[in-house]
Amino acid sequence: MTSAEDNAAAPPSFYHSKGKFRGILSWVLSTDHKRIGIMYLLAILTFFIVGVTLGILMRLNLIAPGKFISERTYNSLFTVHGVIQIFLFIIPGIPASLGNFFLPILIGAKDVAFPRINLMSWWFYMIGGVLVLMSVFIGGGAPDTGWTFYPPYSIRTTANISLALFGVIILGFSSIFTGLNFITTIHQLRAPGMTFFRMPLFIWALYATAWTQAIATPVLALTLMLIILERFFAIGFFEPLLGGDPLLYEHMFWIYSHPAVYIMILPAMGVVTEIFPVFSRRTIFGYRAIAFSSLAIAFFGYLVWGHHMFTSGMSDISRIVFSLITFMVAVPTGVKVFSWLSTLYKGSIRLDSPLLFSLSFIFLFSIAGLTGLTIGTLSLNLYLHGTYFIVGHFHYTMFGGAAFGFFAGIHYWFPKMTGRMFNEKAAKVAWATMFIGFNVLYFTMFILGLQGMPRRYFQYLPQFRTNHIISTIGSWILAAGLIIMFWNLIRAIFKGAKAPMNPWGGTTLEWQIPSPPPAENFETIPIIEHGPYKYD
Amino acid sequence: MTEKAPANKMVSNKTYIIVWLCLLALTATTVSVAKLHLVKYAIITAIAIATAKAGLVVNFFMHLKEEHWVLKIMLFVALFALALIILLTFADTWYRYGLG
Amino acid sequence: MTRNNKANDTAIAHHVNYATAKMGMWIFLFTELLFFGGMFLLYSVFRSKYAAEFHTSADELNIYFGTANTVILLTSSTTMALSIALVRKGERRLSMLFQLLTIVLGLVFLGNKYIEWGAHIRAGIYPHSPGLDLMGRGKIIFFSLYYVMTGIHGLHVLVGICVILGMLFFTAKGIVHQGDFVKLENTGLYWHFVDIIWIYLFPLFYLIT
Repeated sequence: MTSAEDNAAAPPSFYHSKGKFRGILSWVLSTDHKRIGIMYLLAILTFFIVGVTLGILMRLNLIAPGKFISERTYNSLFTVHGVIQIFLFIIPGIPASLGNFFLPILIGAKDVAFPRINLMSWWFYMIGGVLVLMSVFIGGGAPDTGWTFYPPYSIRTTANISLALFGVIILGFSSIFTGLNFITTIHQLRAPGMTFFRMPLFIWALYATAWTQAIATPVLALTLMLIILERFFAIGFFEPLLGGDPLLYEHMFWIYSHPAVYIMILPAMGVVTEIFPVFSRRTIFGYRAIAFSSLAIAFFGYLVWGHHMFTSGMSDISRIVFSLITFMVAVPTGVKVFSWLSTLYKGSIRLDSPLLFSLSFIFLFSIAGLTGLTIGTLSLNLYLHGTYFIVGHFHYTMFGGAAFGFFAGIHYWFPKMTGRMFNEKAAKVAWATMFIGFNVLYFTMFILGLQGMPRRYFQYLPQFRTNHIISTIGSWILAAGLIIMFWNLIRAIFKGAKAPMNPWGGTTLEWQIPSPPPAENFETIPIIEHGPYKYD
Repeated sequence: MTEKAPANKMVSNKTYIIVWLCLLALTATTVSVAKLHLVKYAIITAIAIATAKAGLVVNFFMHLKEEHWVLKIMLFVALFALALIILLTFADTWYRYGLG
Repeated sequence: MTRNNKANDTAIAHHVNYATAKMGMWIFLFTELLFFGGMFLLYSVFRSKYAAEFHTSADELNIYFGTANTVILLTSSTTMALSIALVRKGERRLSMLFQLLTIVLGLVFLGNKYIEWGAHIRAGIYPHSPGLDLMGRGKIIFFSLYYVMTGIHGLHVLVGICVILGMLFFTAKGIVHQGDFVKLENTGLYWHFVDIIWIYLFPLFYLIT
């Protein structure tokens, strides 16, 4: 079916304004989940680029052992880099953009359960982002505590902590309400015949993520609020001189921030789970195992936060318990990896860019997971905590895992969202460049960490010089790859070939509506009669 | 046509009044017990009575008793999550504060 | 709980069906549960650390005010529940009366808290007061927890009062009526939740002496 035939009698796409607003107002006041998803996507990727730039600057400072910028400036660089990449890029990441766009379509609905709350979530996201950026530029100076905001320094520093924290709290509300919206949508708005076990696995991933967003984020909102109160009123919960305990802050911070990393990775796993069946032309292996493993990861992920605190002075019993549960949380991920590989095995492989990003996801996330077991081992953690080994590990998980999964989804669903095809060759070149640059940049960090290079240091001893140079060069290669990728996608939006309804041959519901979809998604709500990955 | 009103049976006004009186009685109980100054069991008794009161409010005023089982499981999940994080935090503080 | 397949057709027109609206509210309450839960976590950890000081500090709180406020909130929950039952029976005016009663009781609660807090502040017991800093770490933490937890709770009561005022207006205008009262019911759920938080705050601060 050619795209001309597809789109001939189609209703106008959702890009054409229908409501009472015109122009930009028809976007920023829209309750259409697809418009909200696009707005999130643009904002999220913009913040990502800002965060990457800060990272490049950090690597530039670290290219040689000497002092190039002040300690205070370097501290602010890695703080703001962390806050932007975590709270403005990867946590909202897939759920807010691809999730918003595709959740209703994949379950056969016309929108989410609460479209106005969805719009409110987007506004909270934008306001939170503005507040965080403001904290960088005004008065007291950019926060310099690390994105973890540990007291007592976060209480004593004169930087714009309260403003930045207030921004993060607002971002938290955005996340909470998105989670609330998605849970309700998945329970209540599935098309007739779409039982829970006929839903695409991306939806299962979003469901597990949504619960984590709803249940974990409020604890962060409270904890950060208490730091603000501490700065203004000296209430003392985390101040030893007033009877408080700074470790309680660490507990409460990580009670959110560990589940947060599962908010980051679960949707990415969901994305690649969608891609593997399509690009191997086989039904997914182990549907129920994958579905339940998403729930298991969310559950166990809630109980491992102490592994961020092994050297903090916590009791021995708690350290042993947390290390044990940390080992357990790796198991459901292993279930997924084996299921993906089994799906690919003897499939009819089509090695296009969405699959390349998904395959490298498995590779990079496996390294991430295995190094995670290394530092989850209590005895090894005592040596590796606070070193570059940790920095390497979490970049493999969050960037090699979650972000590569995000890019996989962007490429996979690009034709559906924009109605255009990108240049496949350029996408492959971008991917290869990124993959090489990523590993040069971050694998070196494992070696640096084992050699004893501490993290968050603005200068270092000469013995670490060679690996730092290699790592910085890796950052340039990675940046080049990102530039190619963004250039390719942006060019495709304006000049790409028109996309057909189903360019990849997928079997889920989004491939049965036009590219891009009309405002109401479906002319008539479909009736579902089988599972999502039916390949003959 | 969207479904705007509940299909389930209404709780009678009399039930609400009875629950209110039970709540007042439990409040009187917990205040009296507090005056007894049971050092060792003060907290657990107070929490137990509070939980009984909360249970009445949740089941009768918030109508959880009549709700779909899905909602009950969700509440359990949220409560269970809270219980677990308190417990695991105590795995640290109980020993670090020298209480165990 | 019925699913919303028919509501799909009107989702664009933003009509949310009854079961969906209630589920959304319950999930919101779960997030509030975890928000307050974090504070209860802090309370329980600090209580275990400063058991003796918590006992003596609780003596400084007025058990009569505390008990009165508990009775007030429990009664307000009852009037709230009744207001919903009444609108469901089509008794618009009576429902509005009971919503108003709920608001009045809420305001009395806040008034009591204002008096209590005022008394403590005049006595020099507030975070970082010169007097408090001398009174020992356990007492400092107890009163910080007292102000933070009852303060955030009080803010929630205030928000609840404003929302019920809005419902009063909606009921008067017929936007909330016998055939469609989920807004009022969800307001009730929120109010009952705020009541439950107080049900736990009361013994933990006033009764364990």
